[in-house]
Amino acid sequence: MGEFKVHRVRFFNYVPSGIRCVAYNNQTNRLAVSRTDGTVEIYNLSANYFQEKFFPGHESRATEALCWANGQRLFSAGLNGEIIEYDLQALNIKYAVDAFGGPIWSMAASPNGSQLLVGCEDGSVKLFQITPDKIQFERNFDRQKSRILSLSWHPAGTHIAAGSIDYISVFDVKSGSAIHKMLVDRQYMGVSKRKCIIWGVAFLSDGTVISVDSAGKVQFWDSATGTLVKNHLIANTDVQSIAISDQEDSFVVGTAEGTVFHFQLVSVTSNSSEKQWVRTKPFQHHTHDVRAVAHSPIALISGGTDTHLVIRPLMEKVEVKNYDAALRKITFPHRRLVSCAKKKQLLLFQFAHHLELWRLGSTVATGKNGDTLPLSKNADHLLHLKTKGPENIICSCISPCGSWIAYSTASRFFLYRLNYEHDNINLQRVSKMPAFLRSALQILFSEDSTKLFVASNQGSVHVIRLLEGSFKHLHTFQPQSGTVESMCLLAVSPDGNWLAASGTSAGVHVYNVKQLKLHCTVPAYNFPVTALAIAPNTNNLVIAHSDQQVFEYSIPDKQYTQWSRTIQKQGFHHLWLQRDTPITHISFHPKRPMHILLHDAYMFCIIDKSLPLPNDKTLLYNPLPPTNESDIIRRRTAHAFKISKKYKPLLFMDLLDERTLVAVERPLDDIIAQLPPPIKKKKFGT
Amino acid sequence: MAALEEGFTLTAVPLGSGPDGPLGVEQSDKTDQFLVTDSGRTVILYKVSDQKPLGSWSVKQGQIITCPAVCNFQTGEYIVVHDNKVLRIWNNEDVNLDKVFKATLSAEVYRIHSIQGTEPLVLFKEGAIRGLEALLAEPQQKIETVISDEEVIKWTKFFMVFRHPVLIFITEKHGNYFAYVQKFNSRILSKYTLLLGQEEKSVTQSFSTSVHRKFISLMSLSSDGCVYETLIPIHPSDPEKNQRVVRSLLLKSVVSGNARSGVALTILDQDHVAVLGPPLSASKECLSIWNTKFQTLQTSKELPQGTSGQLWYHGENLFMLHGKFLTVIPYKCEVSSLAGALGKLKHSQDPDIHAMTHFVNWETSQGYELGSQNSEQSKRILRRRKIEVSVQPEVPPSTQLLAAVQKDSEKHIEVELRKFLAVQRTPDFHTIIGDVVIGLLGRYKAEPSFYPRNCLMQLIQTRVLSYSLCPGLMEFALEKTDVQILQLCLQQFPDIPESVTCACLKIFLSIGDDSLQETDINMESVSDYTATIQDGEIEEQTEILQNGFNPEEDNCENCAQELIEKPQAATEESTSCPVTGKRAALLNAILHSAYSETFLLPHLKDIPAQHITLFLQYLYFLYLKCSENATMTLPGIHPPTLNQIMDWICLLLDANFTVVVMIPEAKRLLLSLYKFVKSQISICSELNKIEVSFRELQKLNQEKTNRELYSIEVLELF
Repeated sequence: MGEFKVHRVRFFNYVPSGIRCVAYNNQTNRLAVSRTDGTVEIYNLSANYFQEKFFPGHESRATEALCWANGQRLFSAGLNGEIIEYDLQALNIKYAVDAFGGPIWSMAASPNGSQLLVGCEDGSVKLFQITPDKIQFERNFDRQKSRILSLSWHPAGTHIAAGSIDYISVFDVKSGSAIHKMLVDRQYMGVSKRKCIIWGVAFLSDGTVISVDSAGKVQFWDSATGTLVKNHLIANTDVQSIAISDQEDSFVVGTAEGTVFHFQLVSVTSNSSEKQWVRTKPFQHHTHDVRAVAHSPIALISGGTDTHLVIRPLMEKVEVKNYDAALRKITFPHRRLVSCAKKKQLLLFQFAHHLELWRLGSTVATGKNGDTLPLSKNADHLLHLKTKGPENIICSCISPCGSWIAYSTASRFFLYRLNYEHDNINLQRVSKMPAFLRSALQILFSEDSTKLFVASNQGSVHVIRLLEGSFKHLHTFQPQSGTVESMCLLAVSPDGNWLAASGTSAGVHVYNVKQLKLHCTVPAYNFPVTALAIAPNTNNLVIAHSDQQVFEYSIPDKQYTQWSRTIQKQGFHHLWLQRDTPITHISFHPKRPMHILLHDAYMFCIIDKSLPLPNDKTLLYNPLPPTNESDIIRRRTAHAFKISKKYKPLLFMDLLDERTLVAVERPLDDIIAQLPPPIKKKKFGT
Repeated sequence: MAALEEGFTLTAVPLGSGPDGPLGVEQSDKTDQFLVTDSGRTVILYKVSDQKPLGSWSVKQGQIITCPAVCNFQTGEYIVVHDNKVLRIWNNEDVNLDKVFKATLSAEVYRIHSIQGTEPLVLFKEGAIRGLEALLAEPQQKIETVISDEEVIKWTKFFMVFRHPVLIFITEKHGNYFAYVQKFNSRILSKYTLLLGQEEKSVTQSFSTSVHRKFISLMSLSSDGCVYETLIPIHPSDPEKNQRVVRSLLLKSVVSGNARSGVALTILDQDHVAVLGPPLSASKECLSIWNTKFQTLQTSKELPQGTSGQLWYHGENLFMLHGKFLTVIPYKCEVSSLAGALGKLKHSQDPDIHAMTHFVNWETSQGYELGSQNSEQSKRILRRRKIEVSVQPEVPPSTQLLAAVQKDSEKHIEVELRKFLAVQRTPDFHTIIGDVVIGLLGRYKAEPSFYPRNCLMQLIQTRVLSYSLCPGLMEFALEKTDVQILQLCLQQFPDIPESVTCACLKIFLSIGDDSLQETDINMESVSDYTATIQDGEIEEQTEILQNGFNPEEDNCENCAQELIEKPQAATEESTSCPVTGKRAALLNAILHSAYSETFLLPHLKDIPAQHITLFLQYLYFLYLKCSENATMTLPGIHPPTLNQIMDWICLLLDANFTVVVMIPEAKRLLLSLYKFVKSQISICSELNKIEVSFRELQKLNQEKTNRELYSIEVLELF
């Protein structure tokens, strides 16, 4: 396979934002996650936990509550007082409605999905009717003294429980009046705290209300009498979140110490019908506050300030060993945040509110495997480009020649022209963008940097010709009639003739750029596409899916290639299929058409199509370097998958030229170092 | 665990029943309401939770009710028989029994049975059975005779098996018992002869049944005080034939063998039976619940005013006559775990509830074999057996031994005992040993000069005794201040109550040194260190310097320094053992015994202050000895562990702190303990500090490896 010089880059100072809410949708097996910067991500738990959609954040839109209603509709509410519905097809915000109650702290959809309830800063609980295309204010419940921090519907939809500061109210939905007010003890280990905040409530069908609060208590209340039934003191710090399973036989709470506790309803004695809630399992997968938890039928899901989304399967519910049986920790987005101008050796890093442009260094030295070479020139930070406005950047791209940068937010599209004069850079914004170019989900430049491809929502792809300092709209590929799915992935062939575009579920469309028409559609596959690329010369389209399958499709022949058929027939190595992060980038060796480079967060792989495929008995990973000559030869010819796990977590990897690789790493410790310090726990003494 | 709750009397006025008690207590169609039929003329409907009667009906003067009133669950009417043949049916609205429906039958009725879900059945004294409907259609129909002459129905029960009604009745004829099972789905009446087994003739006094899968389990309480179980198949192989069923012993001596009357038995659930009767010959009558699975007494309640020997149970209530009043005692039976069933400690919270410390070993009758557990011992026994086999008489040695215990000389008993121990252990070895000990103690009580010390020691060393098997033994030794036996007991018994442990402790601390000198005490646990100490060898001082903390923990120089000084100062004070070796051995036995803090604490308060101080000094000395080596253990074969020492120090201080603080002699000890705790706290805080600095170091270390934000490396892919 040969030797490479690897530019090992660790200066991409990316810190994901903390998780604020999670909402699990049982009907579609999807998980919505909102982060503190307002970003909302949708994970498809059926498709190997792939982050298939996301809605960019907004500075003024801190989400405090997130919920699914009516199966497919997603709502969020936040401190700006607005309720937002998301369009899951077009990947934008459908509308925002002001609730006129000040900041919204909590939200809950009724069990039948027809009503939405929000709890506001001013102590009001507002009921909205969900109409097919909007929501409509219906009425207010009795106003409470202080903000409503948590809400829960009774499964029958007749009553609700609302957690406030120092007390929980139970409302009758019909009359809108509070029928019980359950005061929570402020005392914490004998010391009276200033306030006891009810961070979460859950209403069970037998009338029990479970509350979690800032004094570290999990309490069970009888809503019929308004009395405390049982009290579990589980933490010295706040218990911040609660989620209950659909069967109401188990629930999960998250604490500020990063611990997640599982409670289960178990029989008091064996074969007795009397059951009680017992704290069964503690999990410590987080270092910081667990702000949000969810309970899927087979797993406990938690997320918090330490930015990890943790999916902990309940082993008693998992029947077969598959993706669902493994603990998942999702830290990085499943999309590319880095683009690269190969010829100029430039890297463009995308942050929430700015872009950074870096030029890689160089060396004249050579060495053998494992050496770190002395730098003759270090990497330069060339440019720091801040966005205008409060919106987060959705996507960005730098042209292969390095002279164009484009990025988009939810409402504006920006294109810049860069001029390099020795060490100076001249940045010039291309003004007067056409009206249709408002927001893009994906941007791509052609290999020769003369064309710009923009995937907008509504499923259309625009083709723009770039001239020196100006541009010309060439064509728009409209989606096929009837489909409204947005395209989120684009790939263009190096010769500029073919453009592939893929949405989240339907197949990959291949357009002929010369003739400006749809060439063919690759048949849809069960799992979403995670990365796309078109190989030079052969124009084979390589597609990676979230179930770790890789297909190769010949665009000229409109069919899968022989190699792809062979590997499908034989099947991938079981270890390859067990990887738990999706492939986010595919590229090709400029001189060796048989080589495909792909990477996920924990490994990169060069597939040599000329070598035999590995079967389940062969060793997929070579953990140690070979020791002698014959070993080297044997391993070189062993099988097609050449894998290295040296660089991780890997956010981006590409071939700059035939002997040079660039790898962008983001060590987890560097992220942790930038988080606020966790609550300190003593290890010794009492 | 099963539990009897506080009972209450149902009638404020005594039943006009005489000594026979009420005829019956039957459920009515409403929950919580029961029909009580008095043996005279009255039927009363009670609401139990309200403890008040809802209605009362009487037959005319001169008439007498002969069969308890029942409720027909299908119609809600009540049925009673008076003067053996006259059937009356009425309902709640009726006032006068004379005016209600009447049917005169052609034969005498034994019982009317009625249960939920089927029509009532009438059982005639001659054994014939009729459905009520069929009988009322033609009251004067001819009733056949089923049982033979002189056969008398003693007991009967009606129940459902897989939704089919089954009636069982027991008859007696010349001391023989027969069971008849009538199944109504197949109209088959099967007859069984109950064989009593090898035990001598005894009169069966009470019966109860329950259904287990394919068998009806018939339990009987015999006049010898034991409960027997008989399994009667529900689907007999050959229903026509008269079959024999054998009864087996289920529980031994639940009531006194010579109780003349007033015993009754009822099955509560699969594992529990309630027994009414005097537990010991002289005692008052008791209501007790036994667990048949573990053969343990779960709870009991004394009934000082006597009962009539009748017991009914409906739902969760037991009904019985207590004195002249009908009493209801609610009970609860939960599924027992082995640990829960293994006995209930003595406690007396109520004047009329006296819990009994009366245990049965649950291994005895379960056919338990002592297998490989004592293989070594049994080998030895086998060898000895060869020698002695010729002298073995025909009579089992256990009987011989028990007989010897009652009358023979101490010497003779010893010989018998040795003989008995030499023989292969039988499954009931435990109980025999227990019986022997109880016998010996009983004899000691009768003639105080008899003191079979050697025998007792030998018996304790069989390792099968437990406190509950011979509750008197330790009290006896305490009385005698026989510390040797006490030490043995403490070492061997797994279940000594905390109060007894504490009494032993008191004796061990107070007994004079000179009397100790004479006794022969097992010094295993103290062998080394007391001797070394008394010789004054303090060479190991250098090692002491490192103790109180693990070597890897004392990286922090100044805190180690601080600590070095403290134990050193303390060791100087108490380098010699404050108690003699023998006393130390005794105290170690206490340290090894099992206890529960909550039960032990109150008793520890009773120990005099100077003894507490002495014990504390000894414990502190042990602690210092422990600290002398890195593993924190004491030398010797079976020494107390550090945890035991620490726990006892804490316990003693918890129980007696206010006293100890006031004693001048203890001041020094307290001071050194205080210093010790303080140093431990400072270690912990130092460790916390170190942890933080280590984390910083670790961070620095990581930064060194990872700080390089950019590098160009060479990678070769294979």
